[in-house]
Amino acid sequence: MNDPSLASIFINASLVNNFVLAYFLGICPFLGVSGRLSTATRMGGAVSFVMLISSLCAYAIHAVLDALGTPYLQLLAFVVVIASTVQLVEMLIRKFNPALFRALGIFLPLITTNCAILAVALFQTNRAYGLLQCLVFALGAGAGFTLALVLMAGIREKLELAELPDLAEGTAISLIVAGILSLAFMGFAGMST
Amino acid sequence: MAPSASDDFIKGLWRDNPVFVQVLGMCPVLAVSNSALNALTMGLATSFVLCLSSLLVASLRAFIPAEVRIACYVLIIASFVTVVDYLIQAISLELHAALGAFISLIVVNCLILARAEAFASRNTPLRALLDALGMGLGFTFALLCLGAVREILGMGSLFGIALFGEAFQPWVVMILPGGGFFTLAAWLLLITGLKRRRARPQGA
Amino acid sequence: MRATDSNSAFAMYRALVGTGCVCALLVVFTYLLTAPLIAQKRSAALHEAVFAVLPGTTATLALHANDQGELGLLEHGAATPLYLGLDAGGRITGLAISAQGMGYQDLIRLLYDYAPDRGRVIGLKVLDSRETPGLGDRIHHDRAFLAAFEDLQIPLSADDGRVQQPITIRSGPHRQPWQFDAITGATISSQAVARILSQSSALWAPLIWRNQETLQGIASRAEGARHGP
Repeated sequence: MNDPSLASIFINASLVNNFVLAYFLGICPFLGVSGRLSTATRMGGAVSFVMLISSLCAYAIHAVLDALGTPYLQLLAFVVVIASTVQLVEMLIRKFNPALFRALGIFLPLITTNCAILAVALFQTNRAYGLLQCLVFALGAGAGFTLALVLMAGIREKLELAELPDLAEGTAISLIVAGILSLAFMGFAGMST
Repeated sequence: MAPSASDDFIKGLWRDNPVFVQVLGMCPVLAVSNSALNALTMGLATSFVLCLSSLLVASLRAFIPAEVRIACYVLIIASFVTVVDYLIQAISLELHAALGAFISLIVVNCLILARAEAFASRNTPLRALLDALGMGLGFTFALLCLGAVREILGMGSLFGIALFGEAFQPWVVMILPGGGFFTLAAWLLLITGLKRRRARPQGA
Repeated sequence: MRATDSNSAFAMYRALVGTGCVCALLVVFTYLLTAPLIAQKRSAALHEAVFAVLPGTTATLALHANDQGELGLLEHGAATPLYLGLDAGGRITGLAISAQGMGYQDLIRLLYDYAPDRGRVIGLKVLDSRETPGLGDRIHHDRAFLAAFEDLQIPLSADDGRVQQPITIRSGPHRQPWQFDAITGATISSQAVARILSQSSALWAPLIWRNQETLQGIASRAEGARHGP
């Protein structure tokens, strides 16, 4: 009944309820890939693309399953579609940009287990978004994920030159930085369009 | 020197703890650990899926060729997650509402896929089940550590039972996402510190 | 060579199809097993919420609005029902209307009680929300906040029943009858509740106003049926 505007969906997904920093989705790649700025931007781009395609497919799947009356197959269908999309993206990148394919390496197949992508499909279904709203939601989620990844990568590159206590190196300091970023992003909470 | 069956089970509890050592399955660890009850339910649900998936993968391992193994594992895991989703709804609607979409997100918990690929596909169903039980319990234990700390500091209660009096000022950041990151970082620092200390018997 | 190729292709298909069948059976079996239990729990939860919002109610009737904007008893497959509450004497206690909208974190679902004869909201219950624990989720149980919904006016125009003053949060020093106070520290969640209520009431209040006689008719028929032939 309540129809949020497209702009508010985008801002909500990318800033106010950033998928990584507010919903804790996509943490594995967030901690794994954010060491270098260049890999981070490319990963963000790949994930955004997969999110967009998956979002469209999820909308279609939900409509079909609803019509058939088999809602319990939804999760299976979503997962299969996401895995196939990642496979497709991998093949396309390998064909058209082999350098990028080598640069992304193992991270490309790992996108399949990126919870953020499945979450886009699940959230948009729960909130009963229309087609255009789904697209904007996926774009916002991808933009937010890329933003978080890029911010983290930039900070971690700087941290490599800093003197840290031995204990905190690696995952612990990344988590602390992520926590501070998450608190900072809470400042967007009052934004309304 | 083949690892004994009991070792299959015990390693997941501490030595190869999925969260604190392997750093796998982070998303639900942070998202659902804002109260001890949510953490416990999520841990048990994940363990349920992990055990049954590992069991089925190990039982079918002779029939699944390497090329399609990931697709098959994902199908199996997704079905058990759907099963646990409906089971939780049938047990308690409130619990289901509290966990929300994160039950469905168990399917992309890297831990389950990792155990299926690394262990269940190469061992007998019994050993796979023991491994899954150990990993699942270790995962639940880690989730509880986080959930308990966050709930105690952030709401002044444990499993819904108020621990402090009315005058307690809850440290709200602990139940916010930022607090989740900080709490996990604190646990990791503690554990790394303990390990280092144990490795240096002469002391600092 | 060819034999092993086709063997391996067969093995792949067998694995995929076989796994798919096993998984589908598992899911369907669980669904069939749990569906009646879940449906029962859902309707019990909804009934409990409806009775909580409509004090003094002993019976409820599910209604829905058709395309022409007329209220009638709920037919199979219709969406967004409202619940008509009747007390022991067959009088209308109010109408429980469910509404939802985007809060701070995720959707907020609530049920509010509208008394058409008094033109006001007389109760509210937040059914489901994922607001920040300790802050936004105080909309569930903050007594002062919820007390405002026991008497929230929705002024309608006399000629066509349109809502003249939408429900909002108090903005000035004096609280108007159609305003309520937000919870300190939960501004966004409170604003969300205001938005959900005003949008829902803008849709339903005029419709109920137009169907007042229909409602009385339904109530008396139900009362008549209860006392039997």
